[in-house]
Amino acid sequence: MNGIDYGQLLRLAAPELILALGALAVLAIDLGIMRGEPLFQRRLIAASVTCLACAAPLMWIANIPQAGNLMHGMLVVDPLTRLAQQAILVLAGLTALLTVDSEFTDHVGEYFALILLATVGMMFLVSAEDILMIFVALELTSLSLYILAAFNKQSLPSAEAGLKYFLFGGMAAAFMLFGLSLVYGLTGATNLREIAAALKGTGLDPLLSVALVMTLIGFGFKVAVAPFHLWAPDAYQGAPTPSAAFIASGSKVASFVVLARVMITGFAGAEGSGSWMNYQPGWIPVLAALSVASVCLGNLAAIAQSEVKRLLAYSAIGHAGYALLGVMAGNGQGVSSLIYYVVTYALTTLGAFGVVAVVERATGGSKLTDFAGLSRRAPALSFCLMIFMLSLAGIPPLAGFFGKFYLFTAALGAIKDLGLIWLVILAIAMSAVSLFYYLQVLKQVYVISPPPNCAPIRTPIASAIALGLLAIAVIALGCAPDLILGPITEAVQASRW
Amino acid sequence: MLAWTVYLSFAGVFLLILLPSSMRGAARAIALLTALAGLVVAILGIVHFKPEAGMVTVAKRPWIVSLGADYFLAADGISLTLVLLTGISAVAGVLFSWNIERRVKEFFAFYLALIGGVYGVFLSFDLFLLFVFYELAIIPKYFLIAIWGSTNKEYGAMKLALYSFIGSAMVLVGLVAAYVTAGAHTFNLLELAKFPFPESFQMWAFPLVFVGFAVLAGLWPFHTWAPTGHVAAPTAASMLLAGVVMKLGAYGALRVAITLFPLGLRAWQHSFALLALIGIIYGALVALVQKDFKFVVGYSSVSHMGFVLLGLVTINEIGMTGAVLQMFSHGVIAGLLFGVVGRMIYDRTHTRDLPTLNGMNLSQKLPFAALTFIVAAIASMGLPGFSGFVAELSVLLGAWRAFPTYAVLAGIGVVVGVAYTLRALQLAFFAQAPVGKESGHEPCPPISIPEKLGAALLIAATLLVGLYPRVLLDLIGPSFNAPLFDGLRKGAGL
Repeated sequence: MNGIDYGQLLRLAAPELILALGALAVLAIDLGIMRGEPLFQRRLIAASVTCLACAAPLMWIANIPQAGNLMHGMLVVDPLTRLAQQAILVLAGLTALLTVDSEFTDHVGEYFALILLATVGMMFLVSAEDILMIFVALELTSLSLYILAAFNKQSLPSAEAGLKYFLFGGMAAAFMLFGLSLVYGLTGATNLREIAAALKGTGLDPLLSVALVMTLIGFGFKVAVAPFHLWAPDAYQGAPTPSAAFIASGSKVASFVVLARVMITGFAGAEGSGSWMNYQPGWIPVLAALSVASVCLGNLAAIAQSEVKRLLAYSAIGHAGYALLGVMAGNGQGVSSLIYYVVTYALTTLGAFGVVAVVERATGGSKLTDFAGLSRRAPALSFCLMIFMLSLAGIPPLAGFFGKFYLFTAALGAIKDLGLIWLVILAIAMSAVSLFYYLQVLKQVYVISPPPNCAPIRTPIASAIALGLLAIAVIALGCAPDLILGPITEAVQASRW
Repeated sequence: MLAWTVYLSFAGVFLLILLPSSMRGAARAIALLTALAGLVVAILGIVHFKPEAGMVTVAKRPWIVSLGADYFLAADGISLTLVLLTGISAVAGVLFSWNIERRVKEFFAFYLALIGGVYGVFLSFDLFLLFVFYELAIIPKYFLIAIWGSTNKEYGAMKLALYSFIGSAMVLVGLVAAYVTAGAHTFNLLELAKFPFPESFQMWAFPLVFVGFAVLAGLWPFHTWAPTGHVAAPTAASMLLAGVVMKLGAYGALRVAITLFPLGLRAWQHSFALLALIGIIYGALVALVQKDFKFVVGYSSVSHMGFVLLGLVTINEIGMTGAVLQMFSHGVIAGLLFGVVGRMIYDRTHTRDLPTLNGMNLSQKLPFAALTFIVAAIASMGLPGFSGFVAELSVLLGAWRAFPTYAVLAGIGVVVGVAYTLRALQLAFFAQAPVGKESGHEPCPPISIPEKLGAALLIAATLLVGLYPRVLLDLIGPSFNAPLFDGLRKGAGL
């Protein structure tokens, strides 16, 4: 590790640096200047600083295009990582905006600082091509998210959510570390490309199989695919809603990007085959099994839910199952479709959680019945919720529809003779099932009468802005997918995946 | 210009969303004007259309480059016929729902969204775009039924939504597979129709896509959403469901499954003809024993749509032309029947139970309703002079060439059709009330002007086509000679 070019490091890691400084600034401002002020103002100031800390790196990335590979893949900056980072920054900023109206804590500065620190972790995560760095970044993200999940100190479910998330997460990290250490033992390398080179032609020996499965268990936990999903429903339900939203959106994007990178770049050559009646061992069949399990379990279990956050958690498991199709496709189109899918999914789910947060504050709960007659109490909010739910269900012309369509097309086209069609058929069938439970929510909102003498619900201004932006984004990205699909495709081509 | 049917409908939706919900009159007016404008555009489109040109491109520009999907709207005679039907049904539907008082603006917003989606399907010549519009129409249907419906509305609405969505899921599998197999990086219908899909592929893709669409056309045994959905829906929605939404299914089957997979059609022809035939006879027989007036009409739709599907799989020009004509004819007639049953009778008597209506002496109380229903019944039975006659005759002629036995059996369906229509007519309007069961003489509000206008519009449409079928036949017939159907001619011997 001799001869680090600190100048270049500074330039390439500038966005992360700004974020980390922003985290410190939030803490300093909140604890130093704003200490005695009313909570709302503290939140407002902290959120503004957070948004600024997210906007500055966005500007930096947009205006100073850079590429580079530092310290042997520890920090790889290419168009694709920049794109993923931009998505994460946008999601973090919007999460901060949605948090302005949340009244669950008086430790305002810490909360926003943790959001920013988690974001730093995610940024490093998507730009790492080295298993050590990936693990460290993953831990930085996870530790911040554990605390965010448990942040509501007055609430027992929040503590439970944090603990559960932490225990499962710790276990998964152990599995992943074990798997990665085996990989290192097999290849003597920590860089993904070197690993791939070392594995080339060796075939799939038993130790590699063990390493693969262990690593996938770790990632399976991060992206919440069945059967490693058990933490998700409780964490989503118990955690403060903005935390749940961030876990479901930002962390999903980062985890999927890194999962795709590790599998496609690191384990190139060990794909195997998941085609019907033409099975060969490798990571594709493992992912296929995970995908089948999550698509079925997520969508079927969501039907039985009466709590909207829990319902969103199970639907998230189902969506993770779809997204795995993009990883399995393994080619450029697959990666583009995966990124389009997870980014639009993250925007949509963030919006859905945002609406839930507003309703939760007004009605005191997030059960399905708390949404009864919402369209009479808050027409605009209901309209946003309809957009988000229908997008999740995959109804055109919303982003979720195109995401699924592109994903399925990529998965079918990547493997010859429509090899994955059995999985695509299953996924499409299950997405038909999913319409049922999304309509259950919308039925409460639009069909059922509101409880007698209830007041209209006012959406606070910050949430209104965030939700409006998200709804517009979901519609616009659905009607004109080329808005981000063009850049994604170019980035994928330029980034030699 | 035809694209304005779509744009206007969605502009109407947008306006209605912005309108304060207290302004009910304005909401109705916007809906009516939008629907009328759509109809006018449709008629102008037909007037300007040159049948010998085969088709006319309405709009074409690249849309999603990475997928090769274009924003490609076009029309041939078949689409124009159905666009006209949509225009007529839309106007009649607004007129028949003039009396809606609850959440008026939302009702018409969902209504116009549905109409816009339907126009879009009929005009799309890019399969991705077609699919987008096709799925877009699912959600408004759900809300129209679940919010403003009657009898078992939430069940009927959810059943319809899930059936539609599962049908479209099947279509989606076939569509994506066809796109990948063709490998031409395009969803353009004209391009894909040229591609010779391997026979082994067509053998499974055809039934998948055909059934996926035909679910919505009421193909037996996937028809069960139709009676429950129609009965649960508010009048305007049942008019649209039977009038145009079922046609979406039949149109999709023709436009996608039959056009792209001629070899599959050839192989599966007899199986699907049999299913269509069962639908014709089964629907008619079940309609014969219904007590609920709306169920009679609901099952009659299944029976009449059987003719459409039978005509489509005959693979000869007369049968397929008849099928398209039958789509138009049934759309208008079913709209009329649902208008009478749902709006004129149910909204006044609050019952659709035939034995109860029996004692009400409706032909005296509501002479206009009785008259309208007689006309609709005659048209529905397929008597000469109305559109149903030409349409069903063409289908039967086509079927006779392709499979004579089925044609004869379908004839039985026509006879049963006469029976259940006359039974309903007699029970609802002309029965002598049994002594002592006379249910008083509570006065019914008279039939309102909008209802009369709506009924007159639909009657005029069926009469016009019945007396002078060439208006539509000259549009539909030449379409089958267009290059689009070259594959069908070669592959299946149209």
